[in-house]
Amino acid sequence: MAGDKVLHVGDGDFDAQVLKSDLPVLLDFWAPWCGPCKAIGPVIEELAGEFDGKAVVAKMNVDDNPATPGKFGIRAIPTLIVFKGGKVVEQVTGAVGKAQMVAMLKKAL
Amino acid sequence: MSAAAYDLVIVGGGPAGLTAGLYAARAMLRAVLIEKGAVGGQVLLTDWVDNYPGFPEGISGFELIDKMAAQAARFGLATRLGAVTAMELGGPVKRLVLEDGGDITCRAVIIATGARPRQLGVPGEEEFTGRGVSYCATCDGPFYRGQEVAVVGGGNTAVEEAIFLTRFAAKVHVIHRRNELRATRILQEEAFANPKIAFVLDSRVQRVRGGAQGVEGVDIRHNDGTERFLPVTGVFMLIGTRPNNDMLPLAELGADAQGFIPTDGEMRTRLAGVMAAGDIRSKAVRQVVTAAGEGAVAVLAAEEYLHHSG
Repeated sequence: MAGDKVLHVGDGDFDAQVLKSDLPVLLDFWAPWCGPCKAIGPVIEELAGEFDGKAVVAKMNVDDNPATPGKFGIRAIPTLIVFKGGKVVEQVTGAVGKAQMVAMLKKAL
Repeated sequence: MSAAAYDLVIVGGGPAGLTAGLYAARAMLRAVLIEKGAVGGQVLLTDWVDNYPGFPEGISGFELIDKMAAQAARFGLATRLGAVTAMELGGPVKRLVLEDGGDITCRAVIIATGARPRQLGVPGEEEFTGRGVSYCATCDGPFYRGQEVAVVGGGNTAVEEAIFLTRFAAKVHVIHRRNELRATRILQEEAFANPKIAFVLDSRVQRVRGGAQGVEGVDIRHNDGTERFLPVTGVFMLIGTRPNNDMLPLAELGADAQGFIPTDGEMRTRLAGVMAAGDIRSKAVRQVVTAAGEGAVAVLAAEEYLHHSG
């Protein structure tokens, strides 16, 4: 299952899993009450499968983890951020299409 | 006789497209539904749908879409992810170009590309989108616990979402350019009775102001000429929709001035074999239930066309 490849990150392991990652990371900030977030879920899972070994595709539930979204000023979800070498290189808010997500990740590879 | 890969291609996976997909799959047409992102469309921006029949307690927008998609899938509807970037709709074989460069040929098309929230078009709006400016109260409301926010608009969506936002916000200011709301009576009464909702009527937002932390407030101009600054941390723009029509040959389809597509009562556009359904149509009423109904009608029109042109 491609779904198994999505990494679930929390406030506690954000630094280790995202900022210190050797690979670029696409992090999807979501919450269970957000319809568009749930709608792009399957696309995120597809990406995780397609970029396996080249990039990390991760999700963070903003309900359970308020500190990290607060740090990045996130007040709208879904927000997707691509991190590379601990820095934000791409950021977009809203349920964007798969092609845009792929393009964001490819730029960071 | 025709070299088309499909009988029917449905473009868009909201309530209109999914209902069309259900009907097409049950009719055993060679059909495929193409969706650019994830199925759902604008209903996903709604927290709760109270006026779709069959759900006496109401249903969440996401759950409703999930059920529609599951129902179409039960009859074997094929779906494909990817944005359509151009359409050649003139001849008996239609060609749709996809963003990955591939194309799909078919004999009939149902355009169900829908609409998206309209921007107000004031300074600061784009700059602070995602940092206080929002078009989806359901998605972003919980970020404003205990804060003051503004809703711009006076229609059903604006008033409905203002009521929803009172679950989180300390105060919701509804800013509307006319002196009365357009929303349906039952919503107006609920909003007027809600002590957390304040109304700023006869007024327009001129600018969204903010800083490093995001939105700090809006400049308002009242219709009597006076101006003031309203301090809020969130601004929800709920002022109607604009069509998702970038991929459509608008002139050939005879699009109206706003870019929506006119059809007859059977959902036929002026191009043979091309139907339109849902929010992309030129019409007055945009509801989930009308979109679904139009999706069904469009497939019946497509079947008739396929039968006679076959």
